[in-house]
Amino acid sequence: MRVDQTIRTRLLMSVSQRVIANAEELTALDRAIGDGDHGINMRRGFEAVLTDVETLSAKSLGDALKGVGTTLVMKVGGASGPLYGTLFMALGKSLADEISCELLADAFGQAIEAVKARGKSDTGHKTMLDVLAPVHAAIGTGGDELAARLRRTAHAAAQSTIPMRAVRGRASFLGERSIGHMDPGARSCALIIEAIADVMEGTA
Amino acid sequence: MSANVGIVIVSHSADVARGTASMVEQMVGREVPLGWCGGDPGGGLGTNVEAILNAIEAAWSERGVAILVDLGGAETNSEMAIEMLPAGRRERVVVCNAPIVEGAVMAATEAASGASLDAVRRTAEELTPR
Repeated sequence: MRVDQTIRTRLLMSVSQRVIANAEELTALDRAIGDGDHGINMRRGFEAVLTDVETLSAKSLGDALKGVGTTLVMKVGGASGPLYGTLFMALGKSLADEISCELLADAFGQAIEAVKARGKSDTGHKTMLDVLAPVHAAIGTGGDELAARLRRTAHAAAQSTIPMRAVRGRASFLGERSIGHMDPGARSCALIIEAIADVMEGTA
Repeated sequence: MSANVGIVIVSHSADVARGTASMVEQMVGREVPLGWCGGDPGGGLGTNVEAILNAIEAAWSERGVAILVDLGGAETNSEMAIEMLPAGRRERVVVCNAPIVEGAVMAATEAASGASLDAVRRTAEELTPR
């Protein structure tokens, strides 16, 4: 399928609005096991994306994603700025306007490797990677009702970080005490996937 | 243009960054190009790439720049900033694995002797237990 300017606009709006609307929740999650700024930081980044939505969506999908990545790097702050920035920039590097499950899965796989390198992290460390990896697998499987499965997968994957012990980031300072809380980065990642699923289903 | 390696201090807190920079200046005066930053783009605690790029520019030396960081986000944002530098510069900037205050003072003292970027980094990293 082709991701034209209308869909690009919807994607950017949906993702930005979802993150902004849930900023308080992200901050509350981060207050429990981090420095309590994830929602504030992500809102600042996606407000900047919203401001530029016309310019960004006029570009090809690849350039729009790279533009989002650069905006997040410059505006978010914290570790999530470079991590989400790297994710979007890496996706932008490998995606053209014409996409398929196969192309998307390839791009996602490369983006996950880039995020791992940036964060010196891996799956099972109680991070956004614990959402990205199962979502990547779901995209690879493809098939009917992909949007609904992506939403379910992302939601469940974020929940699955609750019993994990943090290995990276500020939460790792808590050791055992990081267990029992959802990772804020995993949650923000799930929100982004859910917002994309809404666009796929035509509800956003 | 200084003949000495430059030092950049990246803290989550502007107060820590400023204070560390004062301690460095007390030790080496103006012999070492120095840049520092602290705080997120909204003025709260945090780090941000734009401020780090500006600090690298302020401390730029053809001999290279050593960055001292405090917590994880400072390191990740510094690495991102280095990647965004033009080719020719990005190869000459390193993040030291060292405590920020002690590392900055030790690194600057070494830099003031005219030491190479590698030597400056090694001196700072001697403070980190292996």
